[in-house]
Amino acid sequence: MRADPLDATFAALADPTRRAILARLASGEASVTELAQPFAMSQPAISKHLKVLERAGLISGGREAQRRPRRIEGEALAVATGWLERYREVWEGNYQRLDTLLEELKANEKREAQRGDKKRKGDKK
Amino acid sequence: MTNIGLLEITTPSDREIAMTRTFDAPARLVFDAWTKPELLKRWLGVRAGWTMEVCEVDLKVGGAYRYVWRGPGMTMGMGGVYREVVPPTRLVSTEKFDEAWYEGEALDTIVLVERDGKTTMTTTVRYVSREVRDAVIKSGMASGVAEGYDKLAELLPSLT
Repeated sequence: MRADPLDATFAALADPTRRAILARLASGEASVTELAQPFAMSQPAISKHLKVLERAGLISGGREAQRRPRRIEGEALAVATGWLERYREVWEGNYQRLDTLLEELKANEKREAQRGDKKRKGDKK
Repeated sequence: MTNIGLLEITTPSDREIAMTRTFDAPARLVFDAWTKPELLKRWLGVRAGWTMEVCEVDLKVGGAYRYVWRGPGMTMGMGGVYREVVPPTRLVSTEKFDEAWYEGEALDTIVLVERDGKTTMTTTVRYVSREVRDAVIKSGMASGVAEGYDKLAELLPSLT
């Protein structure tokens, strides 16, 4: 059985440490030791994360066997984020319209409150 | 920290998609915008060329809602039943499109947290399986967003 590649990608991206590793690799290759440095984590723990990222096709090992620098696979990441971007566009459109509507509702409430104040003041006179 | 307008999208589990966004308005107005037909029609899925021509809301636990959008040469409907109605903080409902382009009903949970007059809204959609969720993401469609059937046509072969 073959794992769904998109599912592997999402599972890989769901973890903040793995996202941070990808962000680091986006600026260039790095070895396991280098990748482990910013995290309060053992090298084996980082290696585990790297394996998940490799299985998802998001990163690949370099040619130098000893140092084994990891590289981000731009295409795999672009495919995953591309789908999310489409989803994002749709909802950003919805929420921008909602922003406009909420501004209008707030302005209406303010106007009504002011009218209410005036009315109350008028009643007192 | 409030980042008004910043939309965060995550996949909290293998069946869910969650979105978080902060609005510069109190929670009761955001809740109204989700539950009053005259307000829903103003923003949900009404991108250029689309209108919401049916919007019925029976706002109570067990009550139904129904939306129908009309776009260029097509209509698209969806609806569901409210499971939890707790104004102005929580709204849970089922969701199903008329055209059965994905399997089963999804469960939508909207949570509103107000702070200093601003409201952070988290909407989580839980699908019946991770395959369905991924298909929804791939198609770029979700939760009553009318985006046209061309994407569906691409998607259908992958679902069968």
